[in-house]
Amino acid sequence: MSNAIHLHYEVSGEDFTRAGEASGAVKKRLKSLGYDPDAIRRVAIAMYEAEINMVIHADGGFCDVDIYPDRVEILLSDHGPGIPDVDKAMQEGFSTAPDNVRSLGFGAGMGLPNIKKYSDEMRIETTIGVGTNLYLTVKVK
Amino acid sequence: MSKYFHSVQLDADRCCGCTNCLKRCPTEAIRVHDGKAKILSERCIDCGECIRICPHHAKKANSATLEEIKGFDYTVAIPAPALFGQFNHLDSIDIVLTGLKKLGFDDVFEVSRAAELVSEATRKMIKEDKLKKPIISSACPAVVRLIKIRFPELCENVMPLMAPIEVAARIARREAIAKTGLKSEQIGVFFITPCPAKVTEIHSPNYTEKSACDGAIAVSKIYPELTQAMDHLTEIEPLGHSGLMGIGWATSGGEAAAMLGNKYLAADGIENVIRVLEELEDEHIRGVDFIELNACSGGCVGGVLNVENPYVAQARIQNLRKFLPVSLNHLDDDQLERMLWENELDYDADIFRLDSDISKAMEMMSQMEDIFAGLPHLDCGSCGAPTCRALAEDIVRGKAKETDCIFKLRAKIQNVYDQLKNTI
Repeated sequence: MSNAIHLHYEVSGEDFTRAGEASGAVKKRLKSLGYDPDAIRRVAIAMYEAEINMVIHADGGFCDVDIYPDRVEILLSDHGPGIPDVDKAMQEGFSTAPDNVRSLGFGAGMGLPNIKKYSDEMRIETTIGVGTNLYLTVKVK
Repeated sequence: MSKYFHSVQLDADRCCGCTNCLKRCPTEAIRVHDGKAKILSERCIDCGECIRICPHHAKKANSATLEEIKGFDYTVAIPAPALFGQFNHLDSIDIVLTGLKKLGFDDVFEVSRAAELVSEATRKMIKEDKLKKPIISSACPAVVRLIKIRFPELCENVMPLMAPIEVAARIARREAIAKTGLKSEQIGVFFITPCPAKVTEIHSPNYTEKSACDGAIAVSKIYPELTQAMDHLTEIEPLGHSGLMGIGWATSGGEAAAMLGNKYLAADGIENVIRVLEELEDEHIRGVDFIELNACSGGCVGGVLNVENPYVAQARIQNLRKFLPVSLNHLDDDQLERMLWENELDYDADIFRLDSDISKAMEMMSQMEDIFAGLPHLDCGSCGAPTCRALAEDIVRGKAKETDCIFKLRAKIQNVYDQLKNTI
């Protein structure tokens, strides 16, 4: 699409502390565009949670972000283990995160529920052993 | 004349056009053009970082002088608690306060007294649970301005209470009127300030139309005369009326500790403050009721207009607080209402956005990304912008050109040279 701004970020799975760089960069650009503050906040939170998930469970991946005047579309793609039971993963408090991650305050089982809460549309394509694609749309209200 | 008043100013004669301030400015408010730094007025939050870093002393803070108090019939000095940390072997703040009177002020009123009132009001408002949590302190004007221009979603988290300076100035003014029978305009209230942000706040307040302060005198400006006066006191007047809580506001964590609860966080130093605000905006910081943020490292003792090393000042403040009662100032019945902000804090969307029309802004951003991709990504500052990204933005805003980048310029010259060589 010619009228969209397309952004691409690689998410490193090696360094946990770098998670949030992509969502931070997108937030900065949305502010420069004078985007609706509430939409910026929802994009930042949903994308950050998804980035953390990629780092914890899938050894990183990439994000593609398309910014339109009325919405932001985000694809987060990884080659991780896939999600065996999506319905279960969507339940608040359900988590398969390892203990070392939980000790940092992550892995509370709120990642996917929060992503759903803050985005307007959410779609998960997942194949065991192949990876996961998470599609999100946040609309300007 | 700019619509923004700023205490922080450039002394163009001293500026040699280096990149020290450019790289340090937290809001990217400085550019170097034609060999001189230029402050982008609308972006400057008067934090004073450029004053701190400039090796040529080309950045200065405008503040009032002692001369100015002569224009009033009756004057009150309202010193910041950070002032008390500037003196060696001080065992009572009364010595400083009496010294201020010797310099010509008719009376004194410590800002720390008002700080105790603000603390009590904050505790009350948190207890009543009417505010959006976490509540961000409104005491540091550089932080409030930063939120106003960069953090739209956090504007409503800022505590809608006047800062202790303003509360102190209003009480001092009222008391002086009652005591002397003079008119308000005959009374001069002067803040003794540790930082330029507070000078700006007095001249161009965030939350009221007009400050009750007439001016602010820098600690460093008054220091030589004040120490002289303090050395020659024949009598020390019992003027101080602050508890350890109010004096504690001079250092980072002092305001938060006065919340008397454990769900608080205190961050100091502008970079740390920005990090906390970013995380707050993304809702990563949870379970905290109150957030104290100070633009200067160490809190107000770290203000750029002080004379003493902030950590030495901090140690002295701790010492001074030791034998003081907890708090000596308490709210009257309707005082809290009078301390509330008169104007709301509105996000100033125009400062950083590329254009008010989103399609235009998107077009500009696409160009910006293309231009940025072609820049060297060294962030060297030689072009006069702090980063390659900032240069890309300046180019699309029509304020710079691609050949301001010395690497781009070199490539262009090489290109011309090669073409010429081929034609000969």
